[in-house]
Amino acid sequence: MKMNKKAEIIPPSGIRAFFDLVLGMKDVISLGVGEPDFTTPWNIRETAIYSIEEGYTSYTSNKGLLELRHDLSRHLKSAYGLDYDTEDEMLITVGVSEAFDLALRALLNRGDRVLIPEPCYVSYGPIVTLCGGEPVFIRTRPDNGFKITAKDIDRYCDKKTKAIILNYPNNPTGASYSREELKGISRAVSRHDLAVLSDEIYCELTYDFRHTPFPMLAGMKERTVYLNGFSKAYAMTGWRIGYACAPREIIHHMTKIHQYTMMCVPTVSQMAAREALKRASGSVQAMKREYKRRRNYIVSALNEMALDCHRPEGAFYAFPSIKKTGLGSMDFSRALLKEENVAVVPGTAFGPSGEGYVRMSYASSMENIKEALVRIKRFLNRG
Amino acid sequence: MDEILEILEKDSRTTPEEIARMLKKKSGFVRKAIKGYEKDGVILKYKAVINKEMIRKEDGSVRALIEVRVAPQKNVGFDHIAERIYQFPEVTSCYLMSGTYDLLLVVEGKSIHMISNFIAEKLSPLENVRGTVTHFLLKKYKEDGDLLKRPRSEKRLAISL
Repeated sequence: MKMNKKAEIIPPSGIRAFFDLVLGMKDVISLGVGEPDFTTPWNIRETAIYSIEEGYTSYTSNKGLLELRHDLSRHLKSAYGLDYDTEDEMLITVGVSEAFDLALRALLNRGDRVLIPEPCYVSYGPIVTLCGGEPVFIRTRPDNGFKITAKDIDRYCDKKTKAIILNYPNNPTGASYSREELKGISRAVSRHDLAVLSDEIYCELTYDFRHTPFPMLAGMKERTVYLNGFSKAYAMTGWRIGYACAPREIIHHMTKIHQYTMMCVPTVSQMAAREALKRASGSVQAMKREYKRRRNYIVSALNEMALDCHRPEGAFYAFPSIKKTGLGSMDFSRALLKEENVAVVPGTAFGPSGEGYVRMSYASSMENIKEALVRIKRFLNRG
Repeated sequence: MDEILEILEKDSRTTPEEIARMLKKKSGFVRKAIKGYEKDGVILKYKAVINKEMIRKEDGSVRALIEVRVAPQKNVGFDHIAERIYQFPEVTSCYLMSGTYDLLLVVEGKSIHMISNFIAEKLSPLENVRGTVTHFLLKKYKEDGDLLKRPRSEKRLAISL
């Protein structure tokens, strides 16, 4: 059968075979997991159960429960000073993934170019392609902490460039941006009149400075789609709930697409999200403290065994260089899995500039991290 | 609470070197802080949390909560009588409570018989004890923040992006 051209163009995830290998093995210590190792706090789960018992089982407004949007609006205001209108500038979505897809569908026309700093989360490039756009990858390097600068934007922009995707703290590198660094980027964004899709799903897990949402920078709110969700901070990945905040016009078009495709986010997840906003900040802080300790531990241990690793400023990933081993990312990951039963994700999963690196998630118990590091050291010493 | 204490409370086997790594401190600093806590009695001891529900019944023990009504004494209040009571090795915990009784004891013995002996022969005859109510524990689900069951298996996929 003749298939859709764009669907045919997008590459299947290049490391599917490696994933299958990991999933087929027993007793693997995995540093390959991209989600929290905590279970959703009990008060959130209990609220969800109660909402089902109470019969909250019907559709909600396309935009999401009004009460949830109110709670969210208050939360964004008090936590970050963000000011979004509940009625027109917010949309509750099935995770950031859906919001990201909607935003690109609402914004892009055929041939529009979208800048994507790389290494990056796997779906950015393919979704841009599916939406008729053309991804333009900006390679970042460890000597600049895997960050882009205004200069990069200047260099890669041309007349066709419509938007830029930011993701900080970053998956897979853990890099994040201080307010000063963001200011430089925002000036370049204005210069080239770009729309910004800012995926800040890891923002609560910023360890060394205060997180600055991109729309808080002067002149940026009117051109930014702010994307966030509940998955990482509240350990709610499986609930599939996130949101987008953006100027009225963009939300208007995103909502239309959302209403024809998804209708609304599962009601039980929306009820759970309300509880998360109201009564889970203590749990979030406790998880964050734990992640930070693990980060310090894993980064210091990796550097000691000569796997050079910059200090990630957020998220829960270390992204060490494995160049000294002389192995490529995929070979390193395969060999480590086979010889020591430790799973990591090859950096190449996140784009070609991930070659020479692997992603190690510290969303794993301290005990697992310690044991994995002992095994990695043994693996390296064997040469 | 100091993060060093938070880490040790979670896993007392964590070495000073490991704690130093986690907190980006010198291990000498951590070791000295721990020594200080031990000396001041902030850290009392290090022990394993054993799930006694898993131990075979014949080796197991019987536990009871005992509410004790006490007549307080001039000048020393409840402290003196509490001390008389908590010194018994059968008493594993002892709390002064608000409400309808004064002391709450957790008492452990090899059998119901041993516990009733303790109450009849040691506790009730004490001069200031006005009365006791005993509740035997049937099953423990959670203690001091720990669930008393086998850790659940990993529910996440072993790898995801």
